[in-house]
Amino acid sequence: MAPTAGARAFNAGELDALLQALRAEGWTLAGPRIRDGAIVYDEIGGAAELPAGWTDEQAPGRYRLRERDDRALFGYAVGPHAWKKYLFPPSERLWTAVRSGRDVGVSEEQAEPPPLAFIGVRACELAAIAVQDRVFLGGERADASYRRRRENVLIVAVQCGEAGGNCFCVSMGTGPAAASGYDIALTELVSGGHRFHARAGSERGARLLSRIETRAATGDDEEAVRALLARAGGRMGRTLDTRGLPQLLQANLEHRRWDEVAGRCLACSNCTLACPTCFCSAQEDVPDLAHARSERWRRWDSCFTGDFSYLHGGSVRASIRSRYRQWLTHKLSAWHEQFGSCGCVGCGRCITWCPVGIDLTEDVAAIRSGAGAAQQERREQDT
Amino acid sequence: MAAALHAAAEHTLPQFMRVRARRQELADTWTLEIDPGGPFEFLPGQFNMLYAFGIGEVPISISGDPARPERLVHTVRAVGRTTQALAALGRGARLGVRGPYGAGWPLDAAPGADVVVLAGGIGLAPLRPALYRLLAERARFGRVSLLYGSRSPQQLLYASELRRWRSRFDIEVEVTVDTAGPEWRGNLGVVTKLLRRSSFDPANSMVLVCGPEVMMRHVATDLAGIGVPPARVFISMERNMKCAVGFCGHCQYGSAFVCRDGPVVPLERLERLLGVREL
Ligand SMILES: Cc1cc2nc3c(=O)[nH]c(=O)nc-3n(C[C@H](O)[C@H](O)[C@H](O)COP(=O)(O)OP(=O)(O)OC[C@H]3O[C@@H](n4cnc5c(N)ncnc54)[C@H](O)[C@@H]3O)c2cc1C
Ligand code: SF4
Ligand code: SF4
Ligand code: FES
Repeated sequence: MAPTAGARAFNAGELDALLQALRAEGWTLAGPRIRDGAIVYDEIGGAAELPAGWTDEQAPGRYRLRERDDRALFGYAVGPHAWKKYLFPPSERLWTAVRSGRDVGVSEEQAEPPPLAFIGVRACELAAIAVQDRVFLGGERADASYRRRRENVLIVAVQCGEAGGNCFCVSMGTGPAAASGYDIALTELVSGGHRFHARAGSERGARLLSRIETRAATGDDEEAVRALLARAGGRMGRTLDTRGLPQLLQANLEHRRWDEVAGRCLACSNCTLACPTCFCSAQEDVPDLAHARSERWRRWDSCFTGDFSYLHGGSVRASIRSRYRQWLTHKLSAWHEQFGSCGCVGCGRCITWCPVGIDLTEDVAAIRSGAGAAQQERREQDT
Repeated sequence: MAAALHAAAEHTLPQFMRVRARRQELADTWTLEIDPGGPFEFLPGQFNMLYAFGIGEVPISISGDPARPERLVHTVRAVGRTTQALAALGRGARLGVRGPYGAGWPLDAAPGADVVVLAGGIGLAPLRPALYRLLAERARFGRVSLLYGSRSPQQLLYASELRRWRSRFDIEVEVTVDTAGPEWRGNLGVVTKLLRRSSFDPANSMVLVCGPEVMMRHVATDLAGIGVPPARVFISMERNMKCAVGFCGHCQYGSAFVCRDGPVVPLERLERLLGVREL
């Protein structure tokens, strides 16, 4: 999706016109709004429902909303929700089997999902959607449900002007600038007149922009966007040194750090559920009382649960140490071999929503700095 | 789009098939012969997801003859809820089948080489289709040996077939059990012991292994000890499986999705991992 036209700019007040134009074309809007003290993604009717004047403070194990001293609509980082809840729902029915006499008929779930416009997708989230596209659509077989939903989505990205306390998209090469995968990319400029800079990434994005009142973006607008992105990029709350990371972790499957983290990790699965790229699922068969009808459901699952790796007689990964190791080595190492990219986009959700504040960037740093020592130790054991 | 949707449906939707015959193999193990309603082509070593209506769905290897695709054969050891329900299906009962899935035994990987089939317990089931093919195309291979171990003489799977194969001159069959009464005249001890007595040429052979994971670990070490290159050793891995098509994540072992990249994997790929506990 290359930009199809020159960049535009419009007054903040015009954003609602863009959203209403989308609705008029039949799109249901999903966007950020405040619920239970957090910014979540939910259905919205227009710009009035956006979290104007709010920002979030994030630290390991901590998330709090705070009022801003301006009326920015997108002045926060990412919250507990990820767009994956729409593309890969937390639970969905795959098929229904019905018995009649000795025969059984199966019908696949066919319902067409409503066309959804995602409003306010961050650069790291575009990267996360691209990661899940590779997981569900990139192989020999495609996941039918994911494809149906994915084909029905339009994306309005908003580049970050504010970095969260647990963000590290710069380390992962995924942000803060939106590179591709959007229909429209907006940048919110607050000082010097509240306005948006807009770039179309697709024909339909360009068409939408032509339906609202815009002007050509000026050199000043472009400069303001550049400065904003540079500022956000310079204020990352975290960094992750990714040099040789897949090999580093493979060489350290028995590192002491795993034991250390296991002592704190509650195996609650929060990290995997909040993570925008985690794709694991369980399946469940739900029969009716008469056993005449049975439904197959697919639900999010996590490699932190005990029965995730269950084989008759016991779980393969019985210890929390082995589950944490699975999560981190899958994300940062095996993923490369499986899908040709890292499984982490640097959004920081797993750090924020961990009840005990476990921070993967710290674990990697510890393994990296202790790597020499661990290898040394093994060599000594071997001799 | 319609064609694409159909292809997508194929891998998630079970097809309901009828049990044609059921026979008891062991105290806890039954073989089901299923009418696939048309030829069911598969590669030796592949598996199906078998669904007991309203109860659950589990991976079960295909244990029948690949030359007879009109009979779909599975051997099920009843160990839990789903396998108990499957093993109890009588003649005429329906079950859901989706598959075949996974990578099978690479019987063409080493033309002319000796082939050693090494099985422990129920691990003989996924190897039986390979044995059928080896014997049907006997001239393409060097010496063929079946080394089979089980816990006791009462737990030897496919006993009458073992006897039949034993009486042939073109396959070596060695059987061992962990424990037996005085009436047992055969070998005692773990299956790896048989490796040393067998007459295959380690430098020019291919070894196919399926059994409990501990057994496979020992086998890997012993084969390396006698000089079989790890690239010529293939093992069938077992992991929890839900989707069987690379989406649910349950079957991961290192970077492999066992359902899709396996279940049969060259030892070369796993060697480093087999020594790591709880991977
Ligand atoms: C590729 C492959 C081929 C197999 N071939 C055969 C075969 O030919 N014959 C046979 O008897 N068994 C085979 N198994 C093992 C069989 O799948 C398990 O015995 C079965 O899943 C147990 O299910 P359960 O509900 O009866 O037992 P429970 O102990 O109640 O298990 C609960 C759930 O855990 C999972 N699970 C438990 N054990 C296993 C296991 N060993 N492997 C995978 N998932 C498991 C399943 O989802 C199961 O429903 C195979 C397994 C794999 C992975
Ligand atoms: S692993 Fe953590 S930081 Fe990386 S994408 Fe997942 S939630 Fe975000
Ligand atoms: S195995 Fe764990 S870390 Fe990997 S995708 Fe599944 S839940 Fe996420
Ligand atoms: S069984 Fe689902 S990914 Fe392998």
